[in-house]
Amino acid sequence: MSHDFTPAMSKRDLLALIGATAGGTAMYMAMGAFDQARASTFKGPPKLDGGGKGKSVLIIGAGVAGMTAALELGRAGYTVQILEYQDRIGGRSWTLQGGDTFTELGGATQTCEFAPGNYINPGPWRVPWHHHGVMHYCNEFGIALEPFMQVNYNAYVHSTKALGGQPQRLRHIQADYYGHVGELLAKSVKKGALVDSVSREDGEILLESLRSWGALDKNFRYVKGRDSSNRRGWAKEPGGGLTGEPLPSDPMTVETVLRSGLWRSIGGNLTLDHLSAIFQPVGGMQMVAKGFERAIGNVVRLNCKVTAIQQDEQGVTVNYLDTRSGAKLSAKADYCICTIPLPILAQVEMNVGPKLAAAIRAIPYTTSSKVGLEFKRRFWEQDEQIYGGISYTDLPNSQISYPSSRYGDKGPGVLLGAYMGGASGYELTALSPKARIERVLEWGSQIHPQYKAEFMNGISVGWHRVPWVLGCFGSWTEETRAEHYKNLCTMDGRIMLAGEHASYYGGWQEGGITSAIDAITRLHQHALAV
Amino acid sequence: MKPLTVLAAAAFAFGITPAAYAQKTPAAAPAPTAQAMDSADGAFISRGQFGETSGEAMYRRVCSACHMADAKGAQGAGMYPALANNPKLASSGYPLSVLLQGLNGMPALGSMMTDQQVADVVNYVRTNFGNRYKDKVTAADAKALR
Repeated sequence: MSHDFTPAMSKRDLLALIGATAGGTAMYMAMGAFDQARASTFKGPPKLDGGGKGKSVLIIGAGVAGMTAALELGRAGYTVQILEYQDRIGGRSWTLQGGDTFTELGGATQTCEFAPGNYINPGPWRVPWHHHGVMHYCNEFGIALEPFMQVNYNAYVHSTKALGGQPQRLRHIQADYYGHVGELLAKSVKKGALVDSVSREDGEILLESLRSWGALDKNFRYVKGRDSSNRRGWAKEPGGGLTGEPLPSDPMTVETVLRSGLWRSIGGNLTLDHLSAIFQPVGGMQMVAKGFERAIGNVVRLNCKVTAIQQDEQGVTVNYLDTRSGAKLSAKADYCICTIPLPILAQVEMNVGPKLAAAIRAIPYTTSSKVGLEFKRRFWEQDEQIYGGISYTDLPNSQISYPSSRYGDKGPGVLLGAYMGGASGYELTALSPKARIERVLEWGSQIHPQYKAEFMNGISVGWHRVPWVLGCFGSWTEETRAEHYKNLCTMDGRIMLAGEHASYYGGWQEGGITSAIDAITRLHQHALAV
Repeated sequence: MKPLTVLAAAAFAFGITPAAYAQKTPAAAPAPTAQAMDSADGAFISRGQFGETSGEAMYRRVCSACHMADAKGAQGAGMYPALANNPKLASSGYPLSVLLQGLNGMPALGSMMTDQQVADVVNYVRTNFGNRYKDKVTAADAKALR
C-alpha cells in the first residue's frame, strides 16, 4: 500500500491512520496475495477431459501420492493398479497405536503398548490450512480434523546453558523479548537515531506500534506492571472477592533474555507451514491413508517388492516379488507412475534416460527420529497446565510435543518425547530401541521431573532404519534443484515419478498430492496425444 | 524430519537452530550412566556437528545406524551395503568421497565431521570388519576432497 504522508499531517491524523480500516484491509489483502504465491498450487482435482478409457496405469507405492494418482486416474476412466511393498497402505502417512508392531532394519521389532486412543505419528503429524490438497481430500473423505496446538505460550523453552538450566514458559520469553526490543527501538526513535530511515511522521507511527507490539507503558518503557503482566502473566493471578487483587510479575532484564538464546523459539512458530490454523486428523495421520483407501477401492496389491521397471514404445513392464509367497511376477500397463522413495529406486533396474537416472541418484534422504512415551497420567496438564503444544530444548531430544486432543483425560497419556534431526538424529537411530527410550527419559526428565516416576512404555522410529524408505524425506539444495529437479519430474517415455521428493514440499503430504496431480495431468495430455 | 538443511528445516521444523550444546555433568555413580557413556564417546553433543572422538566411536555411534553394528548392512525394500569385507574399500579415495559427497540416498555425513574425524572413521572401517588395508588417509586427504 502506498500513502503519502505530508509533513503537515498531525499526530492525531497519523494515529487515526494506524487504525484505519481501509489501510488495514489493504495490507491484509496484499499479504494474502503474497501467501497465495507461496502456498500450495493445488486448485482442486484435475479435469482429465476426454477420459482414459481403455488405457492403463500401473502405480508403484500406496502412499498419498500413489493413492491420489489412482483415485483421480480411476475417476477419469483409466484402469489402475497399485503395487505396494508393505502389508498396509499409507506409506509415511502412518500412525502407531496399541498393538501395532514395527520391525526396523537390523531386525529389532517393537510392539506399541499404548492404551486405547493414544498414538504417535512417526511421519507427518500436522496439516496446515494452506495445504489445500490434503485439506481437499480430508474434506472429501469426511476425515475429522481437530486443531493441532502448534504454539502453547505456557509450554517451555529450555536451554541447558541459560537461566540455570531451568525451563522457561514461552510467554515469559516472548513477552520480555518483544517488550525489551520494543523499548530499545522506541529509545532509538526518540533520540532521532533513525531519522535517516524513517520520516518524523513514520517515527511517530512506529512509536505507537511499538507500544502496542511490545506492551510498553505510557513512557514507552517495558516495566513491571499491568501492561507487561497482561502478556507474560501475573505473580499472583487475578481472582474474586477480597483476595482477588492481582500482583504483577517481574520481567527479566534485556540482557537475560538476549543471552538466553531462547528467543530462537519465537521465529519457528511464525513460518508459513506452522501458522494457525493447523490441524491433525482425529485418531492420527493414518486416517488420511484410510480415507484414500476407502475412496480408491480394491486396486492395491500388498507385499510386492519391485525389482525392475522396463519400458518400450508400447508400455511398461514391472517385475516384482510377492514377499509372502516368494513368487516372481510381472505386471504391464500403458504407463507407470512410480512413487518409490529415491534411495530405494536408485537400486531398482530401470531403462530410463541418463538425466532421470542421475536425478534419482542425486538426492540424499534426511535423518529424523521420533520417540513416543506413554505415562500413567497427563502430568503436563495436571501439574503444569500445559494443554497441547510443544516445548523446545537444546537437549538432544529437541522437542516435547503434548497431545492436542482429549484434554483432561484421566488415563495414561502419550507425549512425543523426541523429534530429532541432524547429528543427534543419526546417533539416536544407531541405538537399540531400549537405549533410545533410556536416553529420551534422561533428557526429558530435566524438563519434567515427573518422567521417571510416571513412565510406562515407549516406541521409537529412526527413519534411516525404516525398511521401505531408507531415510525420512528427500533433501534438496538450491544446487540440486537447479541441476536435477526438472529432470526428476519430467516424463521419461512412459514413466513418471511422484511423491514428496518430486515437489517443493519436502516431507509434507501436500508434496505427494501436488506432485501426483501434476504427474497425472501431464500423463493424460500424453495419452490424449498418442 | 527437517533441519536437516534449510529446506528441510522449513518442512519439519525443529524449533531451535543448531549450535554447540553443553553437556551435563555425568552423575557420579558406580555404573556409568548412559549419558556419561555418551559424553565419553562425544555423542549427542550437537545437532550440527558430530562430536565423536575416535573412528571406532564414530562408526558405532553414527555409521551403524544404517550399515549396522557388524557392518554387514541391511536389506529391506532396498539395501544398505555391507562395509565388512568390501573390496570397494581398497581405494581409500572411495570411502572418503562417499562420506564427503554422499552417494544415492546417503547424505554427505562428512559435512558434519572435522577433517580428522573423517580420516579416523575411514581408517577405522578400512582396518576392521575383515578389511585389512594398511595405507592410512589423513586429515589433509579429507580436506582436499571437500
